[in-house]
Amino acid sequence: MNLRLKNNIAVSDSGFVFNPSTGDSFSINPVGIDIIQLLRASKSEQDIIEDLSDRYDADTQTIEKDLYDFFTLLLQHQLAEKA
Amino acid sequence: MKSELVIAVSGLNNTDNPGPGIPVIRALRDWKGKKVRIIGLSYDHLEPGLYLPEWVDKSYQVPYPSAGSDNLMLRLKYIHSIERLDFIFPNFDAELFSYMKMAPELQSMGIHTFLPGLDQFEERHKYRLPEFGEKYQLAVPKSLSVNSLADVPAALSQFEFPVVVKGKFYEAYIAYSMDQVQNYFHKIQAKWGLPVIFQQFIQGNEYNVVAMGDGKGNTIGAVPMRKQYITDKGKAWAGITLDEPALIEMTRKLIAANHWRGGMELELIKDRNGQLYIVEINPRFPAWVYLAVAAGQNMPAAAVKLALGEDVPPFESYEVGKMFVRYSWDNIVNLSDFEKISTLGEL
Repeated sequence: MNLRLKNNIAVSDSGFVFNPSTGDSFSINPVGIDIIQLLRASKSEQDIIEDLSDRYDADTQTIEKDLYDFFTLLLQHQLAEKA
Repeated sequence: MKSELVIAVSGLNNTDNPGPGIPVIRALRDWKGKKVRIIGLSYDHLEPGLYLPEWVDKSYQVPYPSAGSDNLMLRLKYIHSIERLDFIFPNFDAELFSYMKMAPELQSMGIHTFLPGLDQFEERHKYRLPEFGEKYQLAVPKSLSVNSLADVPAALSQFEFPVVVKGKFYEAYIAYSMDQVQNYFHKIQAKWGLPVIFQQFIQGNEYNVVAMGDGKGNTIGAVPMRKQYITDKGKAWAGITLDEPALIEMTRKLIAANHWRGGMELELIKDRNGQLYIVEINPRFPAWVYLAVAAGQNMPAAAVKLALGEDVPPFESYEVGKMFVRYSWDNIVNLSDFEKISTLGEL
């Protein structure tokens, strides 16, 4: 599943995410910040998996599963839409 | 325009169910380059705004709306003879009708208001929301006015639980059973009279918009907000401005269609499919209006300018992500002040 981060989503360096359409705010961890930045750079799901595999000591299957969960959360909270 | 404007403001009840008076005064005090003298109009001796001399220069007690507009006019004439009022900002739903009726006479005395017309005011009542939605092609939830307890079962047969049970002016409860509906019906009827309104509950996110129309179909300002902290009375204790064009569009559509004049608050719900419904149209600025001022749209000041004949261009932007967080404060008051307002009706 490829996602597109909504244009107006604000993300700070500390991982504070604000959705100005709904008023919701969230805190995400450094891996989440990496994923958001990769989405901002219009990276595909496959690109993101490869990037995370290079940077983090985890097997691809775990990364795929965790990324899927994170994508589901982004969709659920209207922070992103399916590309 | 005069160098100092004398503006009377009601709704000084800055309680856990706050009136818009003090936030409106705060907005007027923020009016750059304009000096204002604020005259408070109170109904109760313990309205907190009475005891805030840094915000309210002088206060007068006024008769309750139930005493009729003649009594209110008599009192206003007395106040005007002393204060030479330029403008009155009524802030309670229940008093607006009297002020709208009195507006031409007030105008002839040199006192300006900036209120909707009686037709506009009447057609947006909660119990007329379905007609309103149909007339202006705006999505509204199904609603029914119920005028007696005997009519409750028949009315309820047209809804699925949960149902929102609402007072004519204020208060709303979500009922999940016939027992709850009857209980809330009694409670609301005793407080606000009839009709009691039944409205289909819509699952979704609630949004509010504070807005102002110029009476010619133009939206002078509009700022959407999401409540972040809600009291047990359903009031926003914290909120944040949003960037949601659909909310602004709906507001503009409404104001363009019915030529609303003055401040308003729209309550909207977006369901899971993204459909926006107008749930309520409050005919005055809400108690959180200062958030819009802080975000860049001083609508109360713009209302006074428009009423006094100034050309006011519509606000074009506001700061998104601006928040308000209310707090309570034990203001220490001298007995002599309480005595003055209680015995003389002035402070």
